[in-house]
Amino acid sequence: MSTPKISVRDVEKIFPVGNENFVALGGVSLDIADNEFVTVVGPSGCGKSTLLNILAGLEKPTGGTALVDGKPVSGPGPERGVIFQQYALFPWLTVRENVEFGMRTAKVPGDERRRRAEHFIRLVGLEQFADALPKTLSGGMKQRCAIARAYAVNPSILLMDEPFGALDALTRVRLQEQLLETWSKDRRTVMFITHDVDEAVFLANRVVVMGARPGRIVEVIDVDLPYPRDEDMRLSPEFGELRNRVWHSVYHQRQIKEPAQ
Amino acid sequence: MAVINADATRAATPRTRKSRTFLVLNIVSVVAGVAIWWGLSLAGLQFPSPAEVVAAGWTMIQDGSLVTDVGASLGRVLAGFALGSVAAVLVGFVMGWYTVARGLFEPWIQFFRTIPPLAMLPLVLVLMGIGESPKIFVIFLAAFLACVISTYQGVVSVDRTLINAGRVLGAGDGTIFARVVVPASTPFILVGMRVGLGSAWGTLVAAELLAAQAGLGHRMQSAQLYYDLPTIFVGIITIGVLGLIMDRLLMLAGNKLTAWQENR
Ligand SMILES: Nc1ncnc2c1ncn2[C@@H]1O[C@H](COP(=O)(O)OP(=O)(O)O)[C@@H](O)[C@H]1O
Ligand SMILES: [Mg+2]
Repeated sequence: MSTPKISVRDVEKIFPVGNENFVALGGVSLDIADNEFVTVVGPSGCGKSTLLNILAGLEKPTGGTALVDGKPVSGPGPERGVIFQQYALFPWLTVRENVEFGMRTAKVPGDERRRRAEHFIRLVGLEQFADALPKTLSGGMKQRCAIARAYAVNPSILLMDEPFGALDALTRVRLQEQLLETWSKDRRTVMFITHDVDEAVFLANRVVVMGARPGRIVEVIDVDLPYPRDEDMRLSPEFGELRNRVWHSVYHQRQIKEPAQ
Repeated sequence: MAVINADATRAATPRTRKSRTFLVLNIVSVVAGVAIWWGLSLAGLQFPSPAEVVAAGWTMIQDGSLVTDVGASLGRVLAGFALGSVAAVLVGFVMGWYTVARGLFEPWIQFFRTIPPLAMLPLVLVLMGIGESPKIFVIFLAAFLACVISTYQGVVSVDRTLINAGRVLGAGDGTIFARVVVPASTPFILVGMRVGLGSAWGTLVAAELLAAQAGLGHRMQSAQLYYDLPTIFVGIITIGVLGLIMDRLLMLAGNKLTAWQENR
């Protein structure tokens, strides 16, 4: 078997909170293969963002190791693009300047930078807004800009933290479809966090269900539905069954947990 | 010195009927104020009438004294304000960026903030003599103290996600600082600079009242010896108008620089 693209080995993250230690992640292990699309669902506070931030190199695990391409993560890197729920666009830069940001830090020459920015702005359908400031964009457009900004550095991995969580249902579904369409062409490895079970099943090869206190992986569910996936698929009995399984897995752990509190 | 909050630096709302009514009220108020002033002076109060003040102002313009005084005062305030703002921005950034610097600077800044800059003037005059430097130094202090905390606040309140976004796009510390922290704290710096300018202007005039051979404050001080009320009025009005103009210019520049801000 080839080395997994992402390999998380017994990762533990403990935050000191006052005099006590809060176990945000208690020994999480997970492999993600190259070209795989993995979604992570779980109740809020179960450590999804913490896991993603560790892979992004924004936080260090207090135990265990996180490997990307077989090498331990020691900080952010250009092979890992990150997309945040709050868009995190630089509000003082235009769409184009935002998209060029990563290429500037990578010292990509001006001509190529502009050409590539142009390409990715068109890919996400923002060509008419290339010179607009983020404050003039809707939530969906902002997230499309953030996606173009991440793509522009050409990462082989996309780490997405509830990217569509703040969008209205229709925009969310559109962006899901566009994301899958792009993914089926370029096959970047994706780890996508969501709290929306429907979204988790619709996008993924595999759904990782996490639980809280301590943050851990409860179950990993394979999604054997063929790509390309479209709206009709959401109505199919297979999809419904998978959704029920994931939902049950997310919901059930809450049932056990609550009385113990 | 006016206390300005962040909202006050935001751009004016689009021209609406409301803002036009407002403007009309403003004009009515100014005209009525001048009329009352005129009425009081006619009623035998010790005031010079507006006409006398205008005449005095015109004479002072013609003999060049007003221009000299304005030049002297503006030169001092701009020098002190520019130095103070630059120092405040540098120190504020260093304080926000390095915990060590913050620990070292903080007690001194907090201490000097509680002292009105003018209270330093006697000491400064003794140490620096009676030339330009003590006055510029006191103005510098006023502008610096008003602006430094604001800059520091701006740096520490930069949205963590923006810094993270920069880091995952490959930016190192230097790039994060120059391309994320600096632009993100501009609104704070500008608010600080506006407060600093008000503070500098107020300190200037008082410093000139105490120790100067030229300048608006000095002019008013010598007019006082001769009971020359029109000249004092010209001084007061000039100070007010110049202060207002500088504040508005800074506000316009600020609005340009921070036009990217959401929900304005
Ligand atoms: N810097 C921190 N200090 C203390 N606790 C933290 C910190 N970051 C996250 N946590 C806690 O760790 C838990 C997991 O957080 P997070 O990974 O953001 O959860 P999720 O993304 O699944 O909602 C939460 O209970 C949160 O309060
Ligand atoms: Mg989260």
